Amino acid sequence: MELLNKRIIEEKLFKVLMILSLCIVLGSLFIIFGIVIFNGASSISLEMITQTPKEGEVLGGGILNAIIGSIYLALPATGIAFLISMMIALYLQRDFTPSWFSNFIRFTLDVLWGIPSIIYGIFCLMIMIYLGVGSSLLAGIIALTLLEIPIITRSMDEAIKMVPIGLKEVSYSLGSTKFETAMKVLRRQAFPGILAGVLLGLGRGIGDAASILFTSGFSNRIPSSIFDSTAALPTMIFNLYSLPSGQPKAYAAAFILLIIVLTISVASRLLTRRFKKHVIK
Amino acid sequence: METYQIETKNLNVYYQVHNVLNNIDIKIPAKQLTAIIGPSGCGKTTLLKSFNRLLEINEEVKISGQILVDGKNILDYKGHEIPDIRKKMGLISQKPYPLPMSIYENVAYGLRIHSKKNKEELEKKIEYCLKEVGLWEEVKNRLNDPATRLSVGQQQRLCLARAIAVEPEVLLCDEPTSALDPIASQQIEKLLLKLKKDYTVVLVTHTLRQAKRVADYVIFLYFGEVVEQGPAGEFFNNPQDPRTRAYIQGDIS
Repeated sequence: MELLNKRIIEEKLFKVLMILSLCIVLGSLFIIFGIVIFNGASSISLEMITQTPKEGEVLGGGILNAIIGSIYLALPATGIAFLISMMIALYLQRDFTPSWFSNFIRFTLDVLWGIPSIIYGIFCLMIMIYLGVGSSLLAGIIALTLLEIPIITRSMDEAIKMVPIGLKEVSYSLGSTKFETAMKVLRRQAFPGILAGVLLGLGRGIGDAASILFTSGFSNRIPSSIFDSTAALPTMIFNLYSLPSGQPKAYAAAFILLIIVLTISVASRLLTRRFKKHVIK
Repeated sequence: METYQIETKNLNVYYQVHNVLNNIDIKIPAKQLTAIIGPSGCGKTTLLKSFNRLLEINEEVKISGQILVDGKNILDYKGHEIPDIRKKMGLISQKPYPLPMSIYENVAYGLRIHSKKNKEELEKKIEYCLKEVGLWEEVKNRLNDPATRLSVGQQQRLCLARAIAVEPEVLLCDEPTSALDPIASQQIEKLLLKLKKDYTVVLVTHTLRQAKRVADYVIFLYFGEVVEQGPAGEFFNNPQDPRTRAYIQGDIS
């Protein structure tokens, strides 16, 4: 009887701990959302999202240049990172690489994942100085691509690893090659996981300030070529927040960033449903 | 004179240091149904998967000896020749694994890889394969549905249709009825009996009664060794080895 009581207390204690952890995580999420929405939505205006900053006028005009800049930076970077990561993730599978080697690569990628993004920024800056070029959209895209590759690769890798071995056997026994199996069967089966990885990378890329601070620079104009420097929402928030009385606008910029990330996330999740129906459980 | 489709000589298979198959010498007659029986964990599936070099997906495995298919040792084949040997042998696994695509695409998958057929030819062939396994009437109006919506028994028949679509010579069946209900199992058994006219069927099973019902030739494996092999009649009515007798009588399992 006494033993039973101890076990029940243990059970209840853990339940309380789990709920408590959940509350901390969800609580901070809601507080962040709340502050951004409360402060941001009140100071947002149509002018903000349709105009670029006015020359010579502090805090005048909108932040269209940063919105466009963010999209120009993050979407191509995620696209390139996706293509490269897909190849690496497939190569890491047992079918192509002995596991001692792929485990070494996985370890390297995990280390890269943990490197602060400012290091990526400075690394790219070093190369830019060596080549004698200034900050540009292109350099920013490269820095973000490097930042996203470890994240996307590792999530894809985990998703592809989960594909049941029986499914691979079936594909091979129909006489398909490793490449056909990887591209037609593994990719389809792991699709939801692959998409989740891409979203994770995109989220990190679009929200990162440190890696693009030096590489893409800052500009009040919308970039007209990949060699122009450009502002992005994270760097814009940083700039605005450090100005006296720039805070409401900074919150508005944060609010827009939040909306963009949410929209992409929800849209792609709706899209996955179409592909999910074929996945073998 | 009987012809043999698959023959192994001195076949040994190791997982790390564990000797799973020990000096296997067997002959599998062409266009007949051969049952490989034995208690679970005795190497039946390993033996079956060595025939189409599927064991190599697992890197821990070492194989030595010879596996002769139509007189050629398939263990000598180089990497790029392996898809050809696998194409010769369809695999039906324990749990049906439809590919993550529609019913139509499941059968079309192998066809698209191995031949350039136009849409019409493809549809004809797919209809033929699905009729061959008795699935056509059940799915003809929903060919574009995901294969996962079929019942497990239907999925297993779809897997059979997919296997015969690439025109193999051998069907390797790894306990194909163990996940199915009695009626679906019966359907599969009947199909295998029908298909053995055109294909060499190798059936791994752990139910003795199934082997008695369908087999023409029986191989009895026990702890990685072949204890006895022979035509089904002789094997069941007049077993030579005491271990075979014990297994048939249900004393060991």
